[in-house]
Amino acid sequence: MNKQFRLLFFAFMLFGVTNYALAGGEMAYEPQRNSLVDAIQADVRSTSYFLGKDALDEKVLQALRKVPRHEFVQEAQRLNAYLNRPLPIGYGQTISQPYIVAIMTDLLDLDENSRVLEIGTGSAYQAAVLAEVAGSVYTIEIIDALAERAAGDLKRLGYDKVHSRAGDGYYGWEEAAPFDAIMVTAAASHIPPPLIKQLKPGGRMIIPVGGRFTVQHLVLVNKDQENRITSRQLLPVRFVPLTGDR
Amino acid sequence: MTRRPAFPLLLAIAATSSGSLAYEVLLMRLFSIVQWHHFAYLIISLALLGYGVSGVFLAFNRERLIGVYGLAVTINLLLFGMAAPACFLIAQQIPFNPAELLWATEQLGYLSGLYLLLSLPFFFAANVIGLSFFRYRRDVSSIYAADLCGAGIGSLSIIALLFVLFPEKILPVIGGLSIVASLLVQRLFFRRWRVGVRFTVGAATVAAIFVLALQNWTLNISPYKGLSQQLRIPGTKVVENYSSPLGLLSVIESTQMPLRHAPGLSLNADAEPPEQLGIFTDADNLSAITRYDGNPDNLAYLDQSTSALPYHLQDLGEVLILGAGTGSDVLQALYHKIPAIDAVELNPQTIALIKDKHADFAGHIYSDPRVRLHTAEARGFVATSRDRYDLINLSLLDAFGASSAGLYALAETYLYTEQALKAYLEHLTPGGYLSMTRWIKIPPRDTLKLIATASAALKTLGSEHPERSIVLIRSWQTATMLIKNGTFSEAELAALRRFRDERGFDADYYPGVAETEVNRFNILQEPYYYQAATALLGEEREAFIADYKFNIKPATDDRPYFFHFFKWRTLPEIWSLLGQGGMSLLESGYLLLIVGLAHAVAVSFLLIIVPLWFWKRKLGIETGSAMHWRIFFYFSCLGLAFLFVEIAFIQKFILILHHPLYAITVVVSTFLLSAGIGSRFSKKLSDKNNRLWIAMPIAAIVLLSAAYILEFQFITGFLLQRSEFSKVLGSIALIVPLGFFMGMPFPMGMASLGRSVPALIPWAWGVNGCASVISAILAALIATEFGFTVLVFSALWLYALAALSFPAAENRVR
Repeated sequence: MNKQFRLLFFAFMLFGVTNYALAGGEMAYEPQRNSLVDAIQADVRSTSYFLGKDALDEKVLQALRKVPRHEFVQEAQRLNAYLNRPLPIGYGQTISQPYIVAIMTDLLDLDENSRVLEIGTGSAYQAAVLAEVAGSVYTIEIIDALAERAAGDLKRLGYDKVHSRAGDGYYGWEEAAPFDAIMVTAAASHIPPPLIKQLKPGGRMIIPVGGRFTVQHLVLVNKDQENRITSRQLLPVRFVPLTGDR
Repeated sequence: MTRRPAFPLLLAIAATSSGSLAYEVLLMRLFSIVQWHHFAYLIISLALLGYGVSGVFLAFNRERLIGVYGLAVTINLLLFGMAAPACFLIAQQIPFNPAELLWATEQLGYLSGLYLLLSLPFFFAANVIGLSFFRYRRDVSSIYAADLCGAGIGSLSIIALLFVLFPEKILPVIGGLSIVASLLVQRLFFRRWRVGVRFTVGAATVAAIFVLALQNWTLNISPYKGLSQQLRIPGTKVVENYSSPLGLLSVIESTQMPLRHAPGLSLNADAEPPEQLGIFTDADNLSAITRYDGNPDNLAYLDQSTSALPYHLQDLGEVLILGAGTGSDVLQALYHKIPAIDAVELNPQTIALIKDKHADFAGHIYSDPRVRLHTAEARGFVATSRDRYDLINLSLLDAFGASSAGLYALAETYLYTEQALKAYLEHLTPGGYLSMTRWIKIPPRDTLKLIATASAALKTLGSEHPERSIVLIRSWQTATMLIKNGTFSEAELAALRRFRDERGFDADYYPGVAETEVNRFNILQEPYYYQAATALLGEEREAFIADYKFNIKPATDDRPYFFHFFKWRTLPEIWSLLGQGGMSLLESGYLLLIVGLAHAVAVSFLLIIVPLWFWKRKLGIETGSAMHWRIFFYFSCLGLAFLFVEIAFIQKFILILHHPLYAITVVVSTFLLSAGIGSRFSKKLSDKNNRLWIAMPIAAIVLLSAAYILEFQFITGFLLQRSEFSKVLGSIALIVPLGFFMGMPFPMGMASLGRSVPALIPWAWGVNGCASVISAILAALIATEFGFTVLVFSALWLYALAALSFPAAENRVR
């Protein structure tokens, strides 16, 4: 009995120490997250010409301050988790640059009633950010192992309003359609027509164009109330190709 | 022992050079597959600094090594044989990811590690040749002749090998060749037969281990390349691989989640592509073989891209598809009921896939009576064809990934030069169209350069109003420019507007377009394409080209760098944006070469100049002597000039021989073999021991090169009318005399050193090695900025400088 008591006591101590360490760890990440958000805000201010606004929606900023990016990166990359850069997550995939995550989320113009579809779950960081600002998130990942890992991470971190599955994103998520917004982060040679169909009138779709580590530009597809489709190509930096006097 | 090199030794030296050159070409192939072409170029260029390191190593250890010459050469041959495959295998374990280069500093370390590792085999090979120069200083011309002829044979052999073996399987062949060379040499220097037997058994064992180890070994391709990404998808696998010097073709099928490759599809499209097989070239650049059952309705998606525009403007009779590849443009033409299609494709293995291997799947399109298939290079086909077409089509001849990454900056292409567009336009029937489709870049680059090029080509053909002959249509992903042989009619423009509105495209430019009509469906921050097209086709053309932040000046045959968009002026602005989302603005291909050049110059300085300050005596330089500066200038100039001339003429002869592969093989091997013969012959001049004799080969080089480069248009015009065989023969006949004389100055310089300061032979070998590395990179930069004509004339000045600084015996300061 005495031995059992000692074991129990030891287990409690261990639990306490671990919790403290974790809480301490989490708290240690918070200032880094806040600095990252400050850096993103500065970048956004300098890109206002393209984004049409000086600051991101407060909901998006709050989401970035809250979502623990370090929980979505590989152990070896934790030190880099709050650098404003994409990171490898294995399987030839990356977790996007936080700045790009921020402006893509903002451009979707979401609120707590929005239903969002994401094609290409990857690390699930983007899905978690979307979940902080939208009502429900549906995310599809084509690589089984990544889908499984992402689902586990989302569950562990309490993102219950994210519905995830492994599979082909080309035909979207028919049962949950239509969507207020769709984000396509998986590489594709074209925008799948079924996804455009699953977009609500007035809905928006965002697609980063470029490589895994370098976003060339963003394509924002709009479907108006008459189901007419237009797109906007946005450069995520302030760069005008002609000199000022033109 | 005799001071004349024995024949088996010369054979071993030739085998070493052959192996070394083959290894260099092979590494380019291997790295183009596992990484990306431009990083391959950079890594391998720098790895050749192994030659420079060898020179310095030999300079410091010459006396020690000369005492054990036979052993040293044998060991270096063995080490080269082992290091060639081993270093590549180790390099495959280095997790270098070029895409992260600007994000993560450790990638610089990986990059350096890669090139240092790969410089090892070149170091061992160079030791064999350099030490032989020192040992046989009275007969340098024979050693150099063996070196050059070996390299010439190597350049031919590697191309032949790449046709029959997968690149990774050639590694042990190169290793084996060097081990055989070591056997040749050891027989000369180790007289005791038991030693010979042991040596032979040992070498054979090493070779066998390599062959066995590489049996089931596969290439470790970057996980970020298209093929690796595709293979992550469940049910996707490579079903076939085909290799040739033109590239590794991997055919993939996806059983669970179908491949759907339809670049440029309209956002309004509701049609989807049918079942497809994917084809990756060098593990990237996806194209697709589309299942075609003869029912055109299944190809409706091909009418939903910008490249379908010309088929809607008028009824077309004969169509020429340049770069037909896996057949999607041919299918598009068949969908539009074109009665006569000429399809031109460079790679016979691609053709075989569609025509034979997957003919049933592809619907026998290349055997369709309406389709005439030509295995040829696009520009060459047009140059020799007498036919005229209602439509000539070039669509997306490079993949989006490479195009967007700015890595093609220094890849020459003769498809998009001013002269090329002129040639295409001359093959149009009256009223016919030239259609060119490119990927969209933000901010625009290549499409604008095409407009500027089209305008220049039309003017050359006598058009007074190029602005009336051009239209430009754009989706969110692709832009298609049509140039008409004539002016667009109102009926055509009405059809264009209909096509635009139905598919949600933007007609950014057509004669009479108003600003209010553009930028409606695929909206840019400013109507860049409209602004640029109206400026480039109007009075403001030159000012616009000057003001634009990317280089959009038309490419020419003398400067065929269509993808070179870099402007120094824009660099500071882009550099400041890298931390945000500005990386894709950086035209990194050009910058990489600048970095490579700076690195090569810095390492060369460390290897060549720094020892002059600290270890002058050890190098063999006598106090008060200035001879080493003459040697430095002479061998630097030669190292730079030889490659300048060779590189410029490779490019020039591509315009005659057209097929880039054959052109490079013919030009390089002819240059090297004739230079080898020239070197052998140079002994007669060297023996006269008079510095004036150096003027003879250099004058010949200057005269021949200047005549060729200035009269190249005449030469091209003359040879293009001849048969393929005559073109090759004519090219060889032109190169042989030039190569012959170019092979002389180096051994004449070495022979002179052999008479005056033999101790400096290894150092001079190092100088030449470093200069050659710098030369290859510098040549690309000079050609990009100023063109091949300037490159050749730079070489001629360097040759003249070399003649002036010839290190003749009488210059020695005693």
